[in-house]
Amino acid sequence: MKHAEIEEITILPGRKKDGEAEDFGSIVITLGETISIVGPTGSGKSAFINDIEMFAQHDTVTGRTILVNGEHPPEEYVRDPSKKPIASITQNTQCLADLLVKNFLEMHARARKMVDCEVIQKTIDLANEFTGEKILPGMKVTELSGGQTRALMIADATLISNTPIILLDEIENAGIFKDRVIECVKRFRKAVVFVTHDPLIALLSDKRIVMKNGAVEKVLTPKEEEKPILKRIMLMDKRMDVIREKIRQGESICD
Amino acid sequence: MRLIIVAGPPSAGKTTLTRQIINGLQNKSKNKNKVSYLKIDVVRAFEDEELKKEFGIPTKKIYSGDLCPDHAGIMVLRDAVVWAEENESDLLIVESAGLCLRCSPYVTEGLGIVVLSAISGTNTPLKMGPMITLADLAVVTKIDLISQAEREVFREKIKEVNGNIDIIETNALQGTGMRYLMRIVDSLSDIDKEKVMLKGEPPLGVCTICIGKKDIGWQNHFGVIRRLKDADYLYRGD
Ligand SMILES: Nc1nc2c(ncn2[C@@H]2O[C@H](COP(=O)(O)OP(=O)(O)O)[C@@H](O)[C@H]2O)c(=O)[nH]1
Ligand SMILES: Nc1ncnc2c1ncn2[C@@H]1O[C@H](COP(=O)(O)OP(=O)(O)O)[C@@H](O)[C@H]1O
Ligand SMILES: [Mg+2]
Ligand SMILES: [Mg+2]
Ligand SMILES: [Zn+2]
Repeated sequence: MKHAEIEEITILPGRKKDGEAEDFGSIVITLGETISIVGPTGSGKSAFINDIEMFAQHDTVTGRTILVNGEHPPEEYVRDPSKKPIASITQNTQCLADLLVKNFLEMHARARKMVDCEVIQKTIDLANEFTGEKILPGMKVTELSGGQTRALMIADATLISNTPIILLDEIENAGIFKDRVIECVKRFRKAVVFVTHDPLIALLSDKRIVMKNGAVEKVLTPKEEEKPILKRIMLMDKRMDVIREKIRQGESICD
Repeated sequence: MRLIIVAGPPSAGKTTLTRQIINGLQNKSKNKNKVSYLKIDVVRAFEDEELKKEFGIPTKKIYSGDLCPDHAGIMVLRDAVVWAEENESDLLIVESAGLCLRCSPYVTEGLGIVVLSAISGTNTPLKMGPMITLADLAVVTKIDLISQAEREVFREKIKEVNGNIDIIETNALQGTGMRYLMRIVDSLSDIDKEKVMLKGEPPLGVCTICIGKKDIGWQNHFGVIRRLKDADYLYRGD
């Protein structure tokens, strides 16, 4: 199976923290979909996406099994990062290399044996869609802010790794435009899974998976009644962005 | 009895990985998979006490002091094998100090694992010499902390040093990727005590500095000596 051939992944149930069987039939994530995982701290959100990341085969704490296009995935998906169809970005993921943004991306493109020299600039442009603090090719990756780093990694996953599935574990505090990430996911036909406490992301998602006690408690799809509320939250979010930017620029928020 | 020698720089995740191995074996069957653990270090080590408490297994440590810890390891390995057999273990895990980049602690029997931390910088594998070239398996830890791009490049650099080495990537705290390691551990055959030999050529005792003469400058020494301008490598094992 090549990346390009992946259409969907299926999550089969395991067991709750207390050892009882998890009670959902199966969860299918299709390319182009945005999924959010919600639930209190310790409820098993990270464990859930870890299962996806390592294509659990009944061999993790949760006992879940992950299928790709309905089949058991090949071993190289987990063992060789360049063959892995999943990019995972968390609050902890860092770029440590002492390199300029453009050299960093070049290093990755070279490792991938990519010949398209435009991909570097395209990746930086895409990253700049996700963040308000402009990323320049000549900046050092180690000096980027949390938001810029996350934005660059998502763009890198989209265009250079070109992985069909992107996992984002609680990146909301990083200050990126999540609605644009979700829009980008649709544009490039990726599946993205957010672990999130952010109401906007949760409401914008195609599915919300609710975790409790180490297990999937339920799977919600957005209701028609939620839509007007979502609109209001999006407006509020835009206004928060404006205020945040004003404060950053040292302006008064009343101007 | 099976034998695993775990090497790698300090804080690479050797002990964390060892915990995962013991955990994996104990989850399968406590009786069938009895592990003995030996820690070799230079001045201080605490792993033996920690692992004894955590898993209830026989553990031991030795301090090598002024001797290269890899040499110290080889010196005591035969005794350690006998000790582990007396414990009725079916696996002996030796964790090296991982300080000496000229030497390597691996032997001809059993499994030699080099543990590398993904956050140590993409050029680190190139600096590690025999610790990588003579290992059977490289385990890359802390992949949860770095970007995808650096993970891929890190792997390429290991391959550059040892093209044939099997590589397993892991977040050793979570135990991701362990299924492959456990498969390898399960497939190990018992060692033949009489056949265990040091794998590498130890660059030991090549000059008078090795035996304690402290003067600086090659003019004051005998043995394999080099001037600054002589070569890129001051000494390369023959
Ligand atoms: N985030 C993360 N931390 C790790 C990982 N592996 C080890 N560590 C941490 O790194 C530190 C050093 O690990 P340790 O096993 O003691 O290294 P050793 O000196 O090689 O035995 C400890 O604090 C571990 O918890 C990993 O894969 N991910
Ligand atoms: N189904 C499960 N069975 C056993 N342990 C679990 C299960 N799900 C999660 N855990 C464990 O519970 C702890 C908290 O889970 P985590 O996924 O980190 O929660 P969250 O990300 O929601 O804060 C972790 O140590 C995890 O390994
Ligand atoms: Mg979490
Ligand atoms: Mg240790
Ligand atoms: Zn040495």
